[in-house]
Amino acid sequence: MDTLVIEGLEVKYASQGTSVHAVNNVSFVLPKNESLGIVGESGCGKSTLGLSIIRAHQEKTSISGKIIFDGKSILDMSPKDFTENIRWKEISMIFQGAMNSLDPVFTIRQQFVEILKKHKFQGDAHQIIEHTILQVGLSESVLDRFPHELSGGMKQRVVIAMALLLRPKIVIADEPTTALDVLVQAQIINVLKELKKQGLSIVLISHDIGIISEIAEKIAIMYAGEIVEFGNLDEIYRNPMHPYTVALLNSTPKLKTESKITVLEGAPPSMINLPEGCKFYDRCPHAMDKCRKNPAKINTKSGYVMCWLYE
Amino acid sequence: MGSDEAMMEEILSITGLKKYFVKKGLFGRKEVVRAVDDVTLSIKKGETLVLAGESGSGKTTIARLILGALEQDAGKIVFDGIKISDKSEHLKKIRMECQMVHQDPYASINPRMTVLDIIKEPLEIHHIGNKLEQNKIVRQALAEVKLEPIEEIVKKHPHMLSGGQRQRVALARAIVTKPKLIIADEPVSMLDVSVRVGVLDLMKELQEKHGISFLYITHDLTTSKYVGHQIAIMYLGKIVEVGPINDVLSKPMHPYTQALLDSVSEPDPDNLHKNKQIRINESTNENTYQGCRFRAKCPYAIDKCKQEPELEKVQENRFSACYIKIN
Repeated sequence: MDTLVIEGLEVKYASQGTSVHAVNNVSFVLPKNESLGIVGESGCGKSTLGLSIIRAHQEKTSISGKIIFDGKSILDMSPKDFTENIRWKEISMIFQGAMNSLDPVFTIRQQFVEILKKHKFQGDAHQIIEHTILQVGLSESVLDRFPHELSGGMKQRVVIAMALLLRPKIVIADEPTTALDVLVQAQIINVLKELKKQGLSIVLISHDIGIISEIAEKIAIMYAGEIVEFGNLDEIYRNPMHPYTVALLNSTPKLKTESKITVLEGAPPSMINLPEGCKFYDRCPHAMDKCRKNPAKINTKSGYVMCWLYE
Repeated sequence: MGSDEAMMEEILSITGLKKYFVKKGLFGRKEVVRAVDDVTLSIKKGETLVLAGESGSGKTTIARLILGALEQDAGKIVFDGIKISDKSEHLKKIRMECQMVHQDPYASINPRMTVLDIIKEPLEIHHIGNKLEQNKIVRQALAEVKLEPIEEIVKKHPHMLSGGQRQRVALARAIVTKPKLIIADEPVSMLDVSVRVGVLDLMKELQEKHGISFLYITHDLTTSKYVGHQIAIMYLGKIVEVGPINDVLSKPMHPYTQALLDSVSEPDPDNLHKNKQIRINESTNENTYQGCRFRAKCPYAIDKCKQEPELEKVQENRFSACYIKIN
């Protein structure tokens, strides 16, 4: 059974009288026990997509489409129902920069207890807290320390442990390794890999295609609010189809292999007045007349690509 | 000194540079942080030296010492054949001929100034040219960093520019005084992946055209391989390995360099089913200034490591501060 199905998701923010079209007609299916990597540049809507899944968007945001988790339509649930049954219990999130939002005046243990209380946890609180902290590779002594006593890597592990506390099936991780040193970053990736082995699905949001390849079986490439290509990791990295995916892969310098690096010229369109047709039109080396119309969704071996080239 | 200058091939050489900071704790307790400890390195003319290391290893402190923004405790900095002291003529020389590009283009340029004024400011400070000439130099600089259309760009304020464009403005500001050396402190880490290569290409182009040397400070080995000629790896205030960049990154000699390389994730679908092996020990007591500083985390540590290893020549052009041969 599929864990997460998204169909025709649209998210619009109201901003100073205009509307910002952050997520536009996004659909995908994430099978059980698989992880998803959402890749894209800043402002492409990848964080908004993550926030929508956990219903953590701001007021005045209009959302339409369907998000189906374990057969339940998340967007149709009442806020109370969602909070009591889904949020943190089934789906939780590691927010971007969350390690800087730990409360400085409480110990780590107190902050864990607070989460359990808010979610009306029944059972042995201390046991579950201690088990979770070990799961992310920290020792129990961390629990009685304050955030300022911990290093960046330790704080990030604490934040990951917080997301795992109520044993969710899916954790959405928004740039969980940015702002960390390379060595620490690699250690956090190993923590995530270990959690995956224990049956957790991770939705990893990142701009770093290297890190994504460590975690995700399925890849979604996002550009200007749309998923332009979706499929298996192997398919997309070895045989990218959408010109944007190709450009993204070719513009990343590699360490171990020599490859030709090409620059992607131009900038993504403004999300306020999105043009009709393919959003990549201005930067695409293969652009043709037809691309002025919205591209068709063309099925590929393991997913789809939104591009007229493959019609 | 004209003929001497032609003889020299180094634009900057640093010998035995030291900077200790004293951290005052509660109850007058003092802790000394050896941010830069006996660092020796040099940059050849027209080349890029990468200074790589994790945060807190002292990379940026070195940059600030070079520019005289911090006072050194000990050591010698020779820039373009002249030993830099705190005499005002020396500081003027280095601050004109050595420019800096900072990490965050959202913070390093003044949001209230137009692009024209931002790029013109160094010319005004160093009294280069009259108003007309200055305006001309600014436009030339903008053409060099490929910000077009120039007449529109000069009137813009930073908030109207993207991150990549801002970093180009910062580069334009850095080249107007015709510097011989540009210190670039993580110049692309805040930029989007697809924009990064464009800015790095621009740096390479400026180097080829004007022979500018770069000190490229970063923690990202992948981009450093793209722009660098030489690399110096820094760990807790010490240089642990120096050499030609392709040699060091393909055959590291210091265990710390090896660990850094292990931790890089390349975009490769095979990663998914492999565990990431980082050859490093988890350690609790960091920051030991006794002996080799990497000792606690080093998987190869032996008894001898309690004595501090010197940075020694291991092969032609290769230097490493380690008693062990890992390759």
